[in-house]
Amino acid sequence: MNRPWLLWLPLAVVAFIGGLAIYGLVVPKDDMVHSAMVGRKLPEFSLPPATEGVEGLSSRDLADGKPRLLNIFASWCIPCKAEAPYLEALKKSGAEIDAIAIRDKPEDVAAFLSEFGNPFRRIGSDSEMGVQLKLGSSGVPETYIIGGDGTILYQHIGDIRAEHVPMLLEKLQEAG
Amino acid sequence: MRRLVYLACALLMIAQPRLSLAQGSGPTPELANRQLADPAKEKAASQVMHALRCIQCQGQSIADSDAPMAATMRAEVRQQIADGKKPDAIRQWMIERYGEWVSFEPDMKGSGLLLWAAPLLLLLLALFMARGLFRRKS
Repeated sequence: MNRPWLLWLPLAVVAFIGGLAIYGLVVPKDDMVHSAMVGRKLPEFSLPPATEGVEGLSSRDLADGKPRLLNIFASWCIPCKAEAPYLEALKKSGAEIDAIAIRDKPEDVAAFLSEFGNPFRRIGSDSEMGVQLKLGSSGVPETYIIGGDGTILYQHIGDIRAEHVPMLLEKLQEAG
Repeated sequence: MRRLVYLACALLMIAQPRLSLAQGSGPTPELANRQLADPAKEKAASQVMHALRCIQCQGQSIADSDAPMAATMRAEVRQQIADGKKPDAIRQWMIERYGEWVSFEPDMKGSGLLLWAAPLLLLLLALFMARGLFRRKS
């Protein structure tokens, strides 16, 4: 054997594969599909009211100079129920929140609002998920921060928990 | 005994939770499940749909998936094809919203380039390792 270092090659390969395996175990996996629309203008849309007594939502309502939160929810979505108190807390702290209800029925939305409260200024109904697709949104619930000029500034995927409230308020403050 | 097993299987099937309940209910977009009248356009749309990943059930293409979001995406693809948009432009439209992730055909750049070049690199490596075999014995 005139090249003794070759002897170590198989070990190096095995160690590399083992390292990959450990890396895969230790580093948490991110299964979420993030919207690539962050940093860009809202797509144009106009949605009818999600239930009686609320106003519908269009992209123009979201670009009226004031930064606000846009919550994507549905009455059939369980984490949306869990985040309801925190949306209420955000509203109490001065955040304006608009919402889009996904694949929902007016009577179901009404029942949801009467049970879990209504922190929303407007609620549009996206029954065919067309606007959700245009937003690059991948599920419910999601919460976006929309700048006063209608730019998408931030996307929060999943339900809002207590620890997210100060972070969202801070980002909203930064927006203007 | 066998009958008991059959019965147990049947009960299990009945007891399966209705998945559709967890996805709400709404109208399915018209073009989600209706083919385009022009066969050539439908073929182009179908190719695009097979190369796009469903957002909800992440391993499937939107052509194969029964998820509501896949239906919405299929309708969008067919509509854009019907409007005369090029397949590659539609793919870009989806990538603009969901990132590279949404495409089953990664672009030849960044880590995607490594993916495309890997077979060639491995072949070169193999040739290098086997070079002694090609040498004439002296």
